[in-house]
Amino acid sequence: MIIQKQKAFEDILKSLEGEQKVFLAGCADCAAACKTGGEEELVEMKARLEAAGKSITGTAVFDTACQLGAVRQKAREYEQAIKEADSILVMACGTGAQTIGETLEKKAHIGVDSLFVGQVNRLGKYTERCSTCGQCVLEAFEGICPVTRCAKGLLNGPCGGSKGGKCEIDPEKDCGWVLIYKKMEALGKLDKMRAYQPAKDQGSRHTPRQFTWPKKTPEGIKK
Amino acid sequence: MSKLEQSLAAGHFTFTGEVGPPKGVDLHHVMEGAAVMKDKVVAINVTDIQTAVMRLGSLAVSAKLVEAGVEPVFQMVCRDRNRLALQSDLLNAYVLGIRNVLAITGDHVVKGDHRDAKPVYDLDSVQLLKAATILESGSDMGKDFKGRPNKLEGAPKFFKGCVVTPCSDMVEAQILKLEKKVAAGAQFCQTQAVYDAAAFEKFMNEVRRRNIQIPIMVGIVVLKGLGMAKYMNENVPGVVVPEPLMKELSETPKDQTKKKAVEVSARLIKQMKPMCQGAHIMPLGWDDTVGQIVDAASA
Ligand code: SF4
Ligand code: SF4
Repeated sequence: MIIQKQKAFEDILKSLEGEQKVFLAGCADCAAACKTGGEEELVEMKARLEAAGKSITGTAVFDTACQLGAVRQKAREYEQAIKEADSILVMACGTGAQTIGETLEKKAHIGVDSLFVGQVNRLGKYTERCSTCGQCVLEAFEGICPVTRCAKGLLNGPCGGSKGGKCEIDPEKDCGWVLIYKKMEALGKLDKMRAYQPAKDQGSRHTPRQFTWPKKTPEGIKK
Repeated sequence: MSKLEQSLAAGHFTFTGEVGPPKGVDLHHVMEGAAVMKDKVVAINVTDIQTAVMRLGSLAVSAKLVEAGVEPVFQMVCRDRNRLALQSDLLNAYVLGIRNVLAITGDHVVKGDHRDAKPVYDLDSVQLLKAATILESGSDMGKDFKGRPNKLEGAPKFFKGCVVTPCSDMVEAQILKLEKKVAAGAQFCQTQAVYDAAAFEKFMNEVRRRNIQIPIMVGIVVLKGLGMAKYMNENVPGVVVPEPLMKELSETPKDQTKKKAVEVSARLIKQMKPMCQGAHIMPLGWDDTVGQIVDAASA
């Protein structure tokens, strides 16, 4: 899930300076789960913006704000309200905001900060497990990702900064390499620590990334 | 062959010192520090943007030492440069007359004074050693447009070093990584600070049992008093100042601090001398102690 948090309300207001009529957009997926732009959050945001003197021409929670076709289709229901607005305030991730901005031909403002792709530990607590490096090496590390869970992304073992199982950057954060080591030890696979791991091909991280199915539908996938 | 390589190869118990480049361009202190210790050590490490505090670079100061007739150990951290810049700096170092290089991961940027910087770590320390080895073979990490290894116009030749933390609470993982460093091309090793000879002996026995045969130089950070020892115990991972030594420092009168620092360092080195091939003394600015420590440890 794209973990996200709302921007400070003053910053949102500042981005709307000089614009009176605003259309509010949210997303029923990650934004709803992170409580940044689901049904309830849009009601709340509407009330706060109105109290600040804005008029809200409409609100819509898109099913998946990052899906081009779905956004285009749903937007038809709100054509009039979107047309009337000076701008759209998107309470969803950066991909959602850009998808909405590209699709609806209206200035789109962003009301959240997209943090990372993460695991939901519980409502209000999220942690990163994968930084989408494009070439998954989990197999070599017994299912714990050193690219993401080691603060330095080291592939050949821990640095000297690990202490009491925690990372040198923050005593609240586990040292990813202690996790990997302990798991390998428990599984009797410490020999795997001996394997030289070559430098990663960072080409798969060069942005902007895109991925297109080589044929119409890849083998083994039913549409 | 560098003097450091020769000395270790000849089986001499070998001393190295260390200087830290200034934040700014005034070379006065760092050159003076090097001059003070140069006759007592075989080579002098130059730290590389240590603890992620922005300052003059290791490459420039190492080159200045070469100019002054002092042999440097060019420390390289993986934090600030990608593989292009790391390899290029290895070539730069070679043409500037630098022969000893030391591959280090490097403290994270959040430990320093530019916490908002982007950390790089495109290579880790094992991969950096491998990169140096590849350069020595006349190639580099890249490929030409036909997918063949690139060819260098003149290959460098280094004496390649690495580091290890013998008193880490993850010492087994440290040793596993040390094995990989040696396989990747490390020819010598300088350790993180050690203040516990018994722990070091255990570590060295394990290292030799694994058939890691490169020369190992025990690291000694000169203890500038009780406050610093406390700080190290609390804040520097993998460094342990044992209780008896803490007590000894606490009983030292203020005006004897430097004398005590020399005495303690020399005593530790004497204790660990039979176990290893040299000592790397990190004076952290107390440059005049290095010679005294070497003399006292050799007596
Ligand atoms: S290696 Fe780590 S960052 Fe890369 S894809 Fe796998 S889990 Fe994600
Ligand atoms: S302490 Fe552990 S997680 Fe942190 S940078 Fe070092 S090896 Fe990686």
